[in-house]
Amino acid sequence: MLAYLARRVAWSLATLFGVMLLLFALFFLVATPDDVARKALGDKAMPEAIAQWKANHGYDKPRVWNAAAPLDTMLVDHLRRLLTFDFGRSDADDTPIIDRLRAGLGPSLSLTVPLFLLGVLASIGLALTAAYLQGSWFDRSTLIACVLLMSVSLLLYIVAGQYVLGKVLRWFPISGFDPTPAVIARFLALPVLIGLAANTGQDTLFYRTLFLDERSREYVRTAYAKGCSPAQVMRRHVLRNTLIPILTDLVIEIPFLFTGAIVLESFFGIPGLGAMTVEAMQGNDFATLRVMVFIGSLLFIAGQLMTDIAYTLADPRVRLE
Amino acid sequence: MIETHHLSNAAVVLLLALAGALAWWLRRDPTWRALAARLWQQRRVPLFVVGLYLLIGMLDSITWIGGRPSGAPQADLVTQYQPRSVIDRLFPADFRERSYSAPLATTELSGDLPLRFPGAHLLGTDILGRDVLLQALKGVRIALLIGGFSGLIAVPLALGAGMSAGYYGRRVDDAVFFVVSTLSSIPTLLLLIALVMVLGRGTLQVCLALGVTSWVSIARIVRGETLKLRELDYIAAARALGAGDWRILSRHILPNLLHLVAITFVLLFSRLVLSEATLSWLGIGIDGSWGQMIDQARDELARDPIIWWNLSAAAAALFGLLLSVNLLGDAVRDALDPRTLRG
Repeated sequence: MLAYLARRVAWSLATLFGVMLLLFALFFLVATPDDVARKALGDKAMPEAIAQWKANHGYDKPRVWNAAAPLDTMLVDHLRRLLTFDFGRSDADDTPIIDRLRAGLGPSLSLTVPLFLLGVLASIGLALTAAYLQGSWFDRSTLIACVLLMSVSLLLYIVAGQYVLGKVLRWFPISGFDPTPAVIARFLALPVLIGLAANTGQDTLFYRTLFLDERSREYVRTAYAKGCSPAQVMRRHVLRNTLIPILTDLVIEIPFLFTGAIVLESFFGIPGLGAMTVEAMQGNDFATLRVMVFIGSLLFIAGQLMTDIAYTLADPRVRLE
Repeated sequence: MIETHHLSNAAVVLLLALAGALAWWLRRDPTWRALAARLWQQRRVPLFVVGLYLLIGMLDSITWIGGRPSGAPQADLVTQYQPRSVIDRLFPADFRERSYSAPLATTELSGDLPLRFPGAHLLGTDILGRDVLLQALKGVRIALLIGGFSGLIAVPLALGAGMSAGYYGRRVDDAVFFVVSTLSSIPTLLLLIALVMVLGRGTLQVCLALGVTSWVSIARIVRGETLKLRELDYIAAARALGAGDWRILSRHILPNLLHLVAITFVLLFSRLVLSEATLSWLGIGIDGSWGQMIDQARDELARDPIIWWNLSAAAAALFGLLLSVNLLGDAVRDALDPRTLRG
């Protein structure tokens, strides 16, 4: 088992290294430091100004190969800085990126965590009921509603929600954010509702299929035969066994809690990490975007590694291999 | 002299020929015949809707310069120098107003000035006076282009990588798996944003970015299926008869993967169109797409009187296409593959 775990950790590290190399290729080889400097300073910038800007932002070393000092290249710098979380300063306004990450994490989590938890409850509850009542009017109308929900684009939910619930009915503020605990819920209610509407359809359909698959297994028939009621079978056997694939699916979504709901945040004026990403993109802030992609991937890889380790500890079949 | 619009016409002819050849080739196969019959029975309306979208997209891709002079000097400038498609030609050449006008209105929205084309704008006009119906119709081609072109990048890439990984195993498998897990550990929207930012904004770049971010999940499925097929007896028989790797891959494995390709392509399509819409709202989409129309219409709901037609037209067009494609995709999956892709 230790050998398996060691291999798994090594593989995660290799993937992380791959992500860092890909980022280097994209942000240093495809978009060269000259491009970045010119985007920051404008097309008519003097060569001296560009050289000065590159020196200030640490873009002035040889990119991959330095014959004089093999370790003094931007590739080495890039890897070192990402690994030590020394993210440097933003290309756009020179603020330290790490400060902005700290400031954005709270608002992001306050939106994504309720969205995630309510989403899980709603989709599992709906899917379980629909699977339990398979073929009934409830099942059919859930199916239809899910397909309809999936076919509407997120922006339409946002626009319609802001208009109907915010402007016409005046139930919620149209957008904005206030971190004081008394009013935070008022601002978050609408984006959470809209996020739920946009995500629940797909998840419910997926979980319903899982439940139905599990219910057609033979041990379920045994459970019926020994006298379990349908509700008991659903709760004790089907739900429990299906939780494994569901948990796998959910763990993969956890990194997105931290990187924020990009679209929702930028449309509701929530100053989280997602809105920061959009801002970085619009302001040609390559350094910040690079860091955001790295952090998103790091969390994803860590999450996957953790699931695998949890599996190994929990599942005797994997443990023995 | 060859110009860009000739190339696009040639592409339409080529695509039509390819589609015809594919249909001719699959016509004998019982699986595909059963699929066609099933779609016709169960999903007739979505089939017609998708067919209509395809027709509009194709008519909008066939363009040429010239046409009848209309008498209005502005219109003649347009007809003389700009390639216009069949769809464009259904409307007058300079089908514009000065600014907003409501659907079927005869006067401008603000003030009582008469419109240049009173009562002719079925879905009204946008802030620049462009006809909304025409814009929505032109969005069809963009949406099909996004889904189709990115799909055409993603599917061959996934087939090549997945099949060689599954077939050759070992080193090749490790290499492909490394690339796949690297790409899939970057959150999709972040990778998309990074790619578009680095590559620049434009139709080709956006399609490329969408293709690069979406081939990975298909490659996984293809690899798994190839692994299964490789061990089957008929492959051993083919090898015993002296067939080489290339022949086995192309003649014996690829045909058995086609149903997977069909399913994933249909499911991928609606995801791609939605992704482009997301990119549009973030300001890096493709010009003229529905996503961009919706994005532009965002602030118009706050106006008084509100401008609802712009948003509704784009949203309805997008919804119609996605709903039909999702319904078709569901039926295709049920018909071709009851198990593999579930769960």
